[in-house]
Amino acid sequence: MTLGSPNELEVVAAEDGLTGAGLEPEDQRGPAQIKGRSLWALAWRRLRRDKPAMAGGVVIILLILLAALADPLASLYGQDYAAQHNSGAEAAKLLDPLTQMPIGAFSGVSGRFWLGITPIGGQDILTNLLFGARTSLVIAGLATALSLVLGVALGLIAGFYRGWIDTVLSRIMDVLLSFPVLLFSIALITVTGFISSAAMVRYAVIVFVLGFFSWPYIGRIVRGQVLSLREKEFVEAARSLGAGNVHIMFREILPSLVGPILVYTTLAIPSNMLGEAGLSFLGIGVIPPTPSWGQMLSDAGGYVQIDPWYLFLPGLAIFISVLAFNLFGDGLRDALDPRGSR
Amino acid sequence: MIRFILVRFAGMILVVFIVSVLTFGIFQLAPLLSHTSPVYYYTGKVPYPPGSPQLQALIHRFGFDQPIPVQYWQFLTGIFGKTITDGTSAPVQCPFPCFGYSFRQNDLVSTLIGNAWPVTLSLCIGAAILWLVGGVLVGTFSGLKPGSFVDRAGMTGALAAVSLPIFFTGPVLLLLFVYTLGWLPGTGYVPLTTDPLGWFESMLLPWVSLAFIFAALYARLTRSNMIETMGEDYIRTARAKGLDRRTIVVKHGLRAALTPIVTIFGIDFGTLIGSTVITESVFNLRGLGYLSIQSVRQQDLPVILGVTIVAAVALVIANFIVDVLYAVIDPRVTV
Repeated sequence: MTLGSPNELEVVAAEDGLTGAGLEPEDQRGPAQIKGRSLWALAWRRLRRDKPAMAGGVVIILLILLAALADPLASLYGQDYAAQHNSGAEAAKLLDPLTQMPIGAFSGVSGRFWLGITPIGGQDILTNLLFGARTSLVIAGLATALSLVLGVALGLIAGFYRGWIDTVLSRIMDVLLSFPVLLFSIALITVTGFISSAAMVRYAVIVFVLGFFSWPYIGRIVRGQVLSLREKEFVEAARSLGAGNVHIMFREILPSLVGPILVYTTLAIPSNMLGEAGLSFLGIGVIPPTPSWGQMLSDAGGYVQIDPWYLFLPGLAIFISVLAFNLFGDGLRDALDPRGSR
Repeated sequence: MIRFILVRFAGMILVVFIVSVLTFGIFQLAPLLSHTSPVYYYTGKVPYPPGSPQLQALIHRFGFDQPIPVQYWQFLTGIFGKTITDGTSAPVQCPFPCFGYSFRQNDLVSTLIGNAWPVTLSLCIGAAILWLVGGVLVGTFSGLKPGSFVDRAGMTGALAAVSLPIFFTGPVLLLLFVYTLGWLPGTGYVPLTTDPLGWFESMLLPWVSLAFIFAALYARLTRSNMIETMGEDYIRTARAKGLDRRTIVVKHGLRAALTPIVTIFGIDFGTLIGSTVITESVFNLRGLGYLSIQSVRQQDLPVILGVTIVAAVALVIANFIVDVLYAVIDPRVTV
């Protein structure tokens, strides 16, 4: 979805003879279908010229591929992320018997362990990073999807129906936005931990707290847009043709909101990735042995004086992934902004 | 104006009420769903076998046999002071603001919060000053010449800073300045009242790493506001009548560009009090965040409940002050 569809739209627009200079849409709120297409075509053209954004896009695709192919890649490489190499005959060669720290430079980099091993546990760092990418992307993706579904649906309803529904939903959004989210999440995760310590339950709770408390952000954006869109001629036209409220909301108004929703998505994913890593860092994230970058950083923090390499690897992984999403999201926002001159 | 303040004040109370109900509610759910006696979550142990009369007596003494709304009401009225007793040791007087007693840490929750409070406040205020000054400076210089080298460097740096989590920058700063260069002492809080210089040294790295992310956001915000403001007609007028550049930028440009920053700042500062958990845990500062995460590890529910409510109160007060200030600063806001 990220890069494919604007391209398609550009082809469609080109077939319609809509590309080329002088087709800047004068009015962002232009309701015509044709103008909508050309906006996408222009956006894609702007985006393609934005080198940092494209670099971000490439990194995102690579990251998704790596996370999706983690299993075959790990078996090709011949290591299991959960396997501990701290006992038996091999242990003495890998970990210092006295300090339990990896033997050799850079956390014990070798032909067998390309990025070294962890202290004490003696786990392979590369596969942990690989599967950590999966944890990070899946949780961030699901949490973003949750906030999108809630935010878009409730934002649409609030903006479309107005009146008391809008008042109630807007108040709820205000309350959620002024909520001590992190502390409340900590409390919620603790309590659910009493009820069930299953890894899947924790996974779901993390997705819930990250997604649920962020829906008002997109909800407000959608509500604001719908408030003005619902007064447009195309809505009136649809209504005069006998379209019902649900049809108008989801088939007429929603397509006009794809731009802001897309931008929000690409910027919400990195913030949810940081959120997951943060919870895992605090020890209330995913439950080991599920690998997580935040957990690795938390573990590495204790050995930073002796084994700094172990800290840099997951740190770099988070930095590169989050930066890639931010670059792409920024580029997308600029590209979709009709006032943009680029 | 009075009506505006009253409406906002009612909203404030509503938020705190909802936060307290929800937090209280999930703690009622825990023993219910896990089939463990609530006494366990309250005191950390179940001293008598389940079903025994002694345990029943204890449950009755703590009020866990009451309906949940009654328990909530007792908790709420208890904030204004009550006497706490577990029946075996001497009763403890718990004056306002009373959030109960932590049997794990053998202290009143309000005392624990009172001890942690200055740490979090020092952290928040120091970081806020750093990120406001840093963010606004970088943002202003970037916004004055969009596309210039300064702008590109500033915005690239800002984008990188937004992508760096504190639990990575923190340990890296510690590694560099404490463990390798030895310029600063190790982690831990030094109270301002005992040793101002030590306080400053102990807080410097936490301030920097916390301010880093916010400074980046503020720089980006200031930049875009600055670009917009400098394109306004009244700036052209100011230029046309021959004002010098410094006056134009500082008195006319920055002043207008900073108004939205005030709003965001109030919200961020309020939220910050509940979100310094990670910074405090990286730098081993015993603040509110550290207290709450420590209570999570010890399953010390009264403390978590108390900290969450205090954070909510701090947050809404910050939002309230900003709303009122904003109405005063910007006459366009309908009062």
